[in-house]
Amino acid sequence: MAQVSIRNVALHFTSRRVGTVTALENLSLEIPDKQFAVIVGPSGCGKSSLLHLVAGLTEVSAGGCYVDDEVVTDPGADRGMVFQNYSLFPWLTVRKNVEFGLSIQNISADQRAQRAQHYIHAVGLNGFEDAYSSQLSGGMQQRAAIARALANDPQVLLMDEPFGALDSQTRTIMQELLLRIWEREQKTVLFVTHDIDEALFLGDVVYVMSGRPGTIVDSVGVTLERPRHYEMVTSSEFIELKRRIMVNLHREVEQAMMQNQEHLIG
Amino acid sequence: MTRLFTPKRSIPRSVEIGVGTAVAGSALLTWCLLSYLQLVSGAFLPRPDEVWTAFVKVLSNGSLFEHMQVSLTEIYIGFFLSSIIAVPLGIFMGSYRIVAAAIEPLVNFMRYLPVTALIPLLILWIGIGIEQKIAVIFLGTFFQQIVLCADVSANVSDDLYRVSYTLGVNRRQVITRVMLPATLPGVMDTLRVTMGWAWTFLVVAELVAASAGLGYMILQAMRGLHPATIFVGIFTIGILGLLTDLVFKMAKRWLLPWTVVH
Repeated sequence: MAQVSIRNVALHFTSRRVGTVTALENLSLEIPDKQFAVIVGPSGCGKSSLLHLVAGLTEVSAGGCYVDDEVVTDPGADRGMVFQNYSLFPWLTVRKNVEFGLSIQNISADQRAQRAQHYIHAVGLNGFEDAYSSQLSGGMQQRAAIARALANDPQVLLMDEPFGALDSQTRTIMQELLLRIWEREQKTVLFVTHDIDEALFLGDVVYVMSGRPGTIVDSVGVTLERPRHYEMVTSSEFIELKRRIMVNLHREVEQAMMQNQEHLIG
Repeated sequence: MTRLFTPKRSIPRSVEIGVGTAVAGSALLTWCLLSYLQLVSGAFLPRPDEVWTAFVKVLSNGSLFEHMQVSLTEIYIGFFLSSIIAVPLGIFMGSYRIVAAAIEPLVNFMRYLPVTALIPLLILWIGIGIEQKIAVIFLGTFFQQIVLCADVSANVSDDLYRVSYTLGVNRRQVITRVMLPATLPGVMDTLRVTMGWAWTFLVVAELVAASAGLGYMILQAMRGLHPATIFVGIFTIGILGLLTDLVFKMAKRWLLPWTVVH
């Protein structure tokens, strides 16, 4: 069980140059156990900040994040995270990267190797166990990062635009790969992206976020059946959902841009 | 041909070795021409064979090794003492605001103070023995190492720390599991660069006041008007520097395999 609740969360930054900025305001979200929840929003709306709050990497200014009704105060191994820029440890091989979390928990070398091998296989990196990240392509690095997060067996998987830096063909393959793994592992996922196709293809529910201060303006239940295949992005159902999100998002992006202009002029 | 003059393009191995040999060879040739044809007086520029004779002499009477041993002892002790304190301090200064707040003002003052300006004071305080040379090398490299290591550690990606926290690392473990390995390549580069500076400080210190060492050997040779021995001293320092650099390169290959694979 891992239910994520975000209750009336606000986040303020204070910087010397622009004063206090409200990144998130009065944001609430209930993500039931084993749901694949996706957040889309204009860039700079605070999507990543929201993930950092759930991960416990940043402190909320008001409200709280809860996992199974337990308030988040610090980062922990129960909430695994995958970042946009891969962030593998460059001094470790793929195998050692995947084993990293397990070695922190003092799990025996045998078990560590077994678990690591399982997830390396699951993400299709067999044969690259002893490679360093500098020897891998972006897609392969992100596979390793996903394997590393999963090997730790977190209850919640937080993904911060993990495929944003990949070319579109690789991205499609990675999305399908992620879905196959998720269908087997059945974890609660909170996935952030600005790509509507990606959001609909992956998610059970897609939350649309407003520009700054970020808050949830729409939640779209994705009724596409699972397991999903990439041809579904051309189905009429998919396009109907996409239209709805686009209209919302377009308005938010426009408003965000206007705000930025005012900011620059003012 | 155009390939040779395109920025950052690779060139054939044969050309690479060829031009390197040609430049070094013409430097040697110029030296031979100037000295053997007496274009420059022998009192200033020794002939290569004189340098060789001088080399054999200081080698056979053991004085070269004595001076080398003194210089190497001074430089390695000074450099080692400085590194074991400055490297961790610098790493912490770059990563912990509290450490930076505490020592940055002092460090920034000291790093712009040329250590050569301190030599007279150090002679007054601790004499002209080996301790003084060690102190010069220590003070010369210490503050530079702190600043360079702080820079290395400040540049470690935030995401590496973040991802390690989400994998269950605590604030104490993050030092050994992330901070140290992430800074190691930069620290090695820092050591390599500051080792070069340490040689400069050593020779300056030995030229000012010493009773042994390669710098002292050079100075004595000047006083006795033996330019050939001066050349021997200079070549010895150059070769020792080259060897030290080679050791650093090999250590990098061995300690930091991930930085050399492609």
